[in-house]
Amino acid sequence: MKRKKSKWTPLQIIAHIGAWIPLVVGLWDLWQGNLGPDIIREATLRTGKTALILLLLSLACTPINFLFKFRPALKLRRPLGLYSFMYASIHFAIFIGVDYFFDFGLIQDALLEKRYAIVGFTTGLILLSMAITSTIGWQRRLKKNWKRLHRLAYVAGILAVVHYIWLVKQGVSEPWIYAGIVVVLLSLRIKPIKNWVASLFRSRSSQTA
Amino acid sequence: MKKIKSSEITPEDIYLSRRDFLKSLGIVSASAAVLAACGPAATSATSQVSAAEAEPIDSVTPAAMADTDELGDPLNSFEDITNYNNYYEFTTDKQRVAKLSEGYKTSPWEVQVGGLVNNPKTFSLDDLRNFETEERIYRMRCVEAWSMVIPWKGFPLSKLLAEVEPKSEAKYVRFETIYDPEGMPGFKKNPWYQWPYIEGLSVDEAMHDLTLMATGLYGKDLLPQNGAPVRLVVPWKYGFKSIKSIVKIDLVTEQPTSLWMAAAPNEYGFYANVNPNVNHPRWSQASERRIGELGRRGSIMFNGYEDEVAHLYDGMDLSVNY
Repeated sequence: MKRKKSKWTPLQIIAHIGAWIPLVVGLWDLWQGNLGPDIIREATLRTGKTALILLLLSLACTPINFLFKFRPALKLRRPLGLYSFMYASIHFAIFIGVDYFFDFGLIQDALLEKRYAIVGFTTGLILLSMAITSTIGWQRRLKKNWKRLHRLAYVAGILAVVHYIWLVKQGVSEPWIYAGIVVVLLSLRIKPIKNWVASLFRSRSSQTA
Repeated sequence: MKKIKSSEITPEDIYLSRRDFLKSLGIVSASAAVLAACGPAATSATSQVSAAEAEPIDSVTPAAMADTDELGDPLNSFEDITNYNNYYEFTTDKQRVAKLSEGYKTSPWEVQVGGLVNNPKTFSLDDLRNFETEERIYRMRCVEAWSMVIPWKGFPLSKLLAEVEPKSEAKYVRFETIYDPEGMPGFKKNPWYQWPYIEGLSVDEAMHDLTLMATGLYGKDLLPQNGAPVRLVVPWKYGFKSIKSIVKIDLVTEQPTSLWMAAAPNEYGFYANVNPNVNHPRWSQASERRIGELGRRGSIMFNGYEDEVAHLYDGMDLSVNY
C-alpha cells in the first residue's frame, strides 16, 4: 500500500487540535466538578461561546487572506465552520436534553415564544444546512447556489450575536465585544471598505519596503 | 427521573462533619507516622491529636434546623449559596463574586433609617445584633430563572420599622446599597447603571412578616458576596428585590425607582413578584432551574407563598404591575 503524502499544513493541524481543546477542557472540568454551582448554565454558555468564536474565526479567514495575502487561511474556513456546528449541536443538545430534560411543553413555550430561542434555533439551522453541504460533492451539485447558500454564514454570525445579546441583562458588556467583531468582519466584505482597508495595508507595506 | 449530585444535596452539617472527619483522619495518620518513625516523640504526637480534638466543632457546624423547605425540597449547600451570586457592584460574573468580595470590610457599618418617620435612627452593627434573630428557610427565585433554597438568619423588617415609627403619609420604603467605587470593582466596570443600587417595597409589603432583614445564613454571619452585613430577603419576589449590603432605608410617599426599573423599565417592574404566568419579555418565567438539579421545575405563583401574600395584590392586574 502506497502512503499518500499528507496534505495537511501545520496551520490546519493547529486549527484541528485547537478546536478540540474547549471540549476536552470542558469534559475535564465537568469530571473535576469545576463547572460551578449551575453546571447546566456553565456548560451551555461555554459550548455556545465556543461555537460563536469558531464561527467568527471561520468568517475571519477570507479577510485575512486578502489583507495579508495569506492563502492558507482559506483552507480553514470549512473545518472551523464544521467545528462551530459541532459545538452548536452540543449546545442545543444540552438545552433540550439536560436543561429542559425533554419537557416538550416547556421547550415549545421557550422555542416558539421567546425570540432569543427562535434566533438561536435559526442560527443552528443555517449551520446545519452549511455542514451538510460542506462536501465537494454538494459543492459540485449546487454549483452557483452553493456560494449563495454559504453566504448565510454572514447571517449566522449576526444571529448568533443577537442570540447572545438577548440572553443577558442590560449592561452586561461581553456580547457587545463579539458584536463589534462581527461588524468589522462583515464590513470588510463591503467593496469600498475592503478596498480602503486594503490600500491602507498596501501603503504601509510599501513604506516599510 | 431527576439525578442530583449527592454533594449538592448533602446538608452542610453532614458535609462539614465529613470534612472534619477526614481532616482528623489525616492528622491521626500523620501522628501515627510520627509515632512509627520515632518512638520518643510520642508525647508531641499525642498533643497534636488532642489539639485537633479540642477544636470547637460548634464554630463550623451550621445551625440549619431542617434539611428541607416546607415543600420538602432540600437546602442548597453553603458552598453553592456562597459561590453563585449576582452582585454587580463586584462583577457581573456570578462565580467570581465570592473571590472578588473576599475580605471586603463590612464592619463597622451603619444603616441610616429616616424619611417619613417619627423617630429616625442610625443603626450600628451592634444595634442590628440586638434584634432577636430566627432562622427562615426560603426559596430564592432569580429573575434569570434559577433558584435555591436558603436557610437565612435574620429578623422581620417590621421590627426595625416599628422602632422608627413610620408616619401615616409613608407609602413606600426605599432601600439603598453601599456605594463604594474604591472598594468594589464593579462600579467602574459597569458605569452605565445608575448607582447606587436602589430597591423599594410598599409599606404593606415591608411590614409583612415574611419580609426579612437577613444577617446570616446557615447560622453564620453573612459573607460579603451574600450582602453582608445586612440585606433584605423578600421570598415571594424575584431575587433582585432582595437588596444587599443596605446602608440607607427611607420611608417615602412616591414609589421608588429601582436600579433595574431605570435600566430596563419594560423588563423589570416595581413589584417583581414571582409569577409563572407573566413572562420576562425575553425569556419564559414558567419554569426554573433549581441549582443542583438536572432538568427544570415549574415555577410557582408568588414562589410558593401565595397563601401568605396574595391578599396584598387583591384587584391588581399582575401582568401590568409586573
